[in-house]
Amino acid sequence: MCQVDEDYHGDLERAEVPNVSKKCVKCKEASAAVVIRAGDAYCRGCFKEYFIHKFRAMLGKNRIIFPGEKVLLAVSGGPSSCSMLSQVQKGLSRNAHKKLRFIPGIVYIDEGGALGQSVEERMKLGAELQAMFKATGFPFYIVPLEQVLDLPSSVVVMAPSSSEQPGSAYKSAVNAFIQSDSSTCLTPQDQEDTSLPEVQESHTRSLQHLIASVKTLTARQDLLNTLRQHLFVHTARTEGYSKLMLGDSCTRLAIKLLTSISLGRGAQLAQDTGFSDSRYGDIISVRPMRDYSAKEISYYNHMFSVPSVFIPSLDTKTTDKSSIQRLTETFVTKLQGDFPSTVSTIYRTSEKLQTACRSSSTANHCERCLLCMCALDTAVENASAFHATLISEQFSQTKVPGATRTQIPRQNPVTPVLTPTGQHCSSDGEENCGRKEGGGGCCYSAKQPQTTNLKTLLCYGCQMTIKDMSSVEYFPQYILSEAQRRRRRSQMKEEITEFLLDDDDDDDEGN
Amino acid sequence: MAAPITIHLEFGGGAELLFSGVKKHHMTLPSQSQPWDMKQLLVWIQQNLLKERPELFVQGDSVRPGILVLINDADWELLGELDYQLQDKDNIVFISTLHGG
Ligand SMILES: [Zn+2]
Ligand SMILES: [Zn+2]
Repeated sequence: MCQVDEDYHGDLERAEVPNVSKKCVKCKEASAAVVIRAGDAYCRGCFKEYFIHKFRAMLGKNRIIFPGEKVLLAVSGGPSSCSMLSQVQKGLSRNAHKKLRFIPGIVYIDEGGALGQSVEERMKLGAELQAMFKATGFPFYIVPLEQVLDLPSSVVVMAPSSSEQPGSAYKSAVNAFIQSDSSTCLTPQDQEDTSLPEVQESHTRSLQHLIASVKTLTARQDLLNTLRQHLFVHTARTEGYSKLMLGDSCTRLAIKLLTSISLGRGAQLAQDTGFSDSRYGDIISVRPMRDYSAKEISYYNHMFSVPSVFIPSLDTKTTDKSSIQRLTETFVTKLQGDFPSTVSTIYRTSEKLQTACRSSSTANHCERCLLCMCALDTAVENASAFHATLISEQFSQTKVPGATRTQIPRQNPVTPVLTPTGQHCSSDGEENCGRKEGGGGCCYSAKQPQTTNLKTLLCYGCQMTIKDMSSVEYFPQYILSEAQRRRRRSQMKEEITEFLLDDDDDDDEGN
Repeated sequence: MAAPITIHLEFGGGAELLFSGVKKHHMTLPSQSQPWDMKQLLVWIQQNLLKERPELFVQGDSVRPGILVLINDADWELLGELDYQLQDKDNIVFISTLHGG
């Protein structure tokens, strides 16, 4: 952006600031309390009005949530998602100006196990959140991250969307909703399950093994993000919700956008940061907080006593350079401090991004990444940068006789706990197998392939994450078995390919 | 000589972790020749309250970017930021907007 201009702007403001009672730019009467964008100072009352209006305008404009639809709010305890929760509460209240008309529920994922929190700590935080959720009267689900170990494979399979709902469907849904007794929509469900879910210690240990098998904080955060997403989708599906509401602020999304690019997730940017994300087919994620900056949210929460709970995360108390995510955050917030339009500039860029592979009917057919469920970005032409990377990787991995450069140095060669595809190799000494020469050596196909085979099922970004893992053996079973299923399917497809009249069209043959 | 003043400090959004998890602090600032301003307060906090990792709270002579400051419920940007002169019974809030505090 234009540096000179922004510098000049900053100087100007500093010069005019000192008089204490600056007036609100909106009502021009009350004294200002919050500076929203450079120069825009609002009083308390106008700020509140502006904040509330923005939420309903965002939902109204996008018309993605239907009246009477069940919407699951993903609340992390942090300021942004708690602010979202309070806006939903306000919007649903009887005397709201532009009343919201959906049926909310809350999901919270307790990640304490992955962070190594003690059972007591987790109980304490859980109780705090439980009290907060109970006060809303909405049904809520407190889900320990450990449950990711028991997920069914269907989580990583795209489900058909209920129906493509055009604009007219929205109107008729509104009418239907108005006709039906709208007062029934807010009956607080009886919360029988008041006790927090028990977590098996062995599950926590398995989860910790998984996290520990990831060597970098960057990849850990990325993996945790994926697992969290799976659990959200699963909870929504099993509890009958069709929308998932995420609390990403525009500051967070700006950081996410730059992070995603650094992590090689460019192909998914539009879905990762846009208003809605339909990669799971039946469950659509929406981000109604994406017009708010982190600052606006924190000020609002403070001024109007919106409760939130501080939940430690993987990057709590870490330095600026501990992970790509953290570093990007530092970069963006620092830049924002000096150039107040940084976040909005990045954010506006994200708005211009289009989701590829969506408009056409191929959307449901294109191959999806096993982990993040985005359309696979690895099936590209030979002249791509991705292909070049691949070739150079293959080169560097070609076997030099005698040398063991192929073996990616493993930090800690832990004994495998579960190796579903490791039936080939009966001997457990690694040296034993390593000595076998010729392609497709025993050990090579029993251990390495776990990673390499998995790789073909992943998008570029997820491949990078897997690369930072010492082993994929600790992956939850649902991922491994879905991987196996997909491999079998593609094998079968390959075998019968010459007998097929028309590939790509195997499920609607209709005879 | 300016008389000692009492102020109310509050830390939130994870910033409290750097102050042994304590969110609210009632403090008396000793008397000094000139009136206290925010710049001096930040130095004083570092020397008297901050328990660990100063780099996660201050940067240069201001707060780390991403930490918001409110003085008596108003954005400190409206009050001259570091140059603001503290009054007796002022209420000063620091909120971290950074992920993980
Ligand atoms: Zn006003
Ligand atoms: Zn992926």
